Amino acid sequence: MGRKLLLEHINVPGIESYDVYRKNGGYRAVEKALKSMSPQNVVEEVQASGLRGRGGAGFPTGMKWSFLAKPEGVPRYLLCNADESEPGTFKDRYLMEHIPHLLVEGMIVSSYALGCNQSYIYIRGEYMWVLEIVEKAIAEAYANGWLGKNILGSGYDLDLAIAPGGGAYICGEETALIESLEGKRGNPRIKPPFPAVKGLWGCPTVVNNVESIAAVVPIVNDGGAEYAKIGIGKSTGTKLISACGNLVKPGVYEIELGMSVEEFIYSDEWCGGIANGKKLKACVPGGSSVPILPANLVTKTAEGTDRLMSYEGLSEGGFATGSMLGSGGFIVFDEDQCIVRNTWNFSRFYAHESCGQCSPCREGTGWMEKVLHRLEYGHGNMRDIDLLEEINKKIEGNTICPLGDAAAWPVAAAIRHFREEFEWHVTHPDEAQKRNFGIASNHIPLV
Amino acid sequence: MSTEVTNPQFSPEKMAEVQRVISLFPEGKQKSALLRILHIAEEEFGGWLSVPTMNYVAEILGIQPVEVYEVATFYTMFNIEKPGKVVLEVCRTGPCMLVGSDNIIDYIQQKLNIEVGGTSADGIFTLKTAECLGACGYGPMLQCGKHYHEHLTPEKVDALLESLRNEHTTSSN
Repeated sequence: MGRKLLLEHINVPGIESYDVYRKNGGYRAVEKALKSMSPQNVVEEVQASGLRGRGGAGFPTGMKWSFLAKPEGVPRYLLCNADESEPGTFKDRYLMEHIPHLLVEGMIVSSYALGCNQSYIYIRGEYMWVLEIVEKAIAEAYANGWLGKNILGSGYDLDLAIAPGGGAYICGEETALIESLEGKRGNPRIKPPFPAVKGLWGCPTVVNNVESIAAVVPIVNDGGAEYAKIGIGKSTGTKLISACGNLVKPGVYEIELGMSVEEFIYSDEWCGGIANGKKLKACVPGGSSVPILPANLVTKTAEGTDRLMSYEGLSEGGFATGSMLGSGGFIVFDEDQCIVRNTWNFSRFYAHESCGQCSPCREGTGWMEKVLHRLEYGHGNMRDIDLLEEINKKIEGNTICPLGDAAAWPVAAAIRHFREEFEWHVTHPDEAQKRNFGIASNHIPLV
Repeated sequence: MSTEVTNPQFSPEKMAEVQRVISLFPEGKQKSALLRILHIAEEEFGGWLSVPTMNYVAEILGIQPVEVYEVATFYTMFNIEKPGKVVLEVCRTGPCMLVGSDNIIDYIQQKLNIEVGGTSADGIFTLKTAECLGACGYGPMLQCGKHYHEHLTPEKVDALLESLRNEHTTSSN
């Protein structure tokens, strides 16, 4: 099954409680860091581990930490991004729901490394019951002396709190998250200045994903070098993959980076293959924003080698024949699914979630949604397919934050790999109403 | 916007909770508590944010009412119109669609004889759709208040509607 670093104790009854977590080796990383390591030592271990941001961008966490400005007398903040909203992604929820103390422990060690005395976890508002679980874990950590003043007699003080969002995908973008945490609308900020220089309340700030923060615990316990031994190339360690769609066993899995996609989808130890005995049609391997792959490019690369579950493996072939690891939101489509319908569905998502600040994204996502809707319902024409590509190019790279790119890429990739399916909707308008391309019925009105 | 909620006041217990939330942020940064207080206010004052409710929250935080309005209208979770007693939000995004969320939405529409966005004749149920709620592996699903109902089937929907209806017709609310 491979090594488990985050979910090792996930099946221990009561692991969500402090006592059980502690008995299973919990808070050892805090003891080790505060008693025997300097903050700089912790940063060095994280750098040595090769850990890359688990939220989707894959930027090296240790390098991100090294950018944090440290002006005298100015507080700095660590914010945990628990605003998990990328369609296909539900790994952070799983971790917080089942082993909340791992996140609390990671926050303490990471805050210590960065010299923060006040840290926050920003969680999406819909996860209110998860907020309550984490808040209870924070209270238990305070009660047992892991938070507050002079932790373990080290002279280090830390306060940790959790704050909810209100239902906005955009708040997973780090500067929108900061705006939201300041009690404002979630409009992303223009960078520079980057949060590492000017973030929460104008102070230097680091924003890290839940899984990245949790991974700091095994890195400190076992050492960065040990962590880096797992994985392949620049994809070190383990990754949580949230598998969903038409699979026999959807769910959250911790994999060693570098395992084969084939094994992950088809092995009974993992997803168990495609549900209902169907065949694989396509896969979006890293959350809705990453390019879709047709069946022949899911388990093999264009060169015919095995495709691997790693940052480099999934992006092999670039956007022409590859995709991205992204957030690990692994969405699998069986042979009955309509790619046009799914692309329209994702476009509607981005049109709904665009904050409206930049015209290319605000207008462009709405246009793409409308054009895709008319294609899906048999009212489109061939020029619409080119029009979509044109809109794409006008959005991509022309917005303050990456939501524009996230909206454009899936449409571009769907047309790249499934153009004939779009054309079929144009040439078979009546059938597109009744029977989608490869789908039995399509009777659902626009909602 | 209706002004049905005329004089909102938190109970002493809720006010203590509001003060605790404010205390999580440094002096002078109390506005950071806004979103969480709006969630509490919505729960306390009829499931939505009326203008008097928003003004009351502004007063507690010492900020301008417009600072509350602009936030309440940005985030999709906040209702600025009075909904039914129970709001059902069915996830309609890709991964849920792949496993049949469209059918569940259809089924609830027929069952309650309403369209998405509408409220049932008895004033109990409002049906909405939502974008990805982070339950992609457990779809189709819906959110009702703080609770997620996952792996939905028509039978499960029947049972859920039944128990919610009983709960809300017997209560004096």
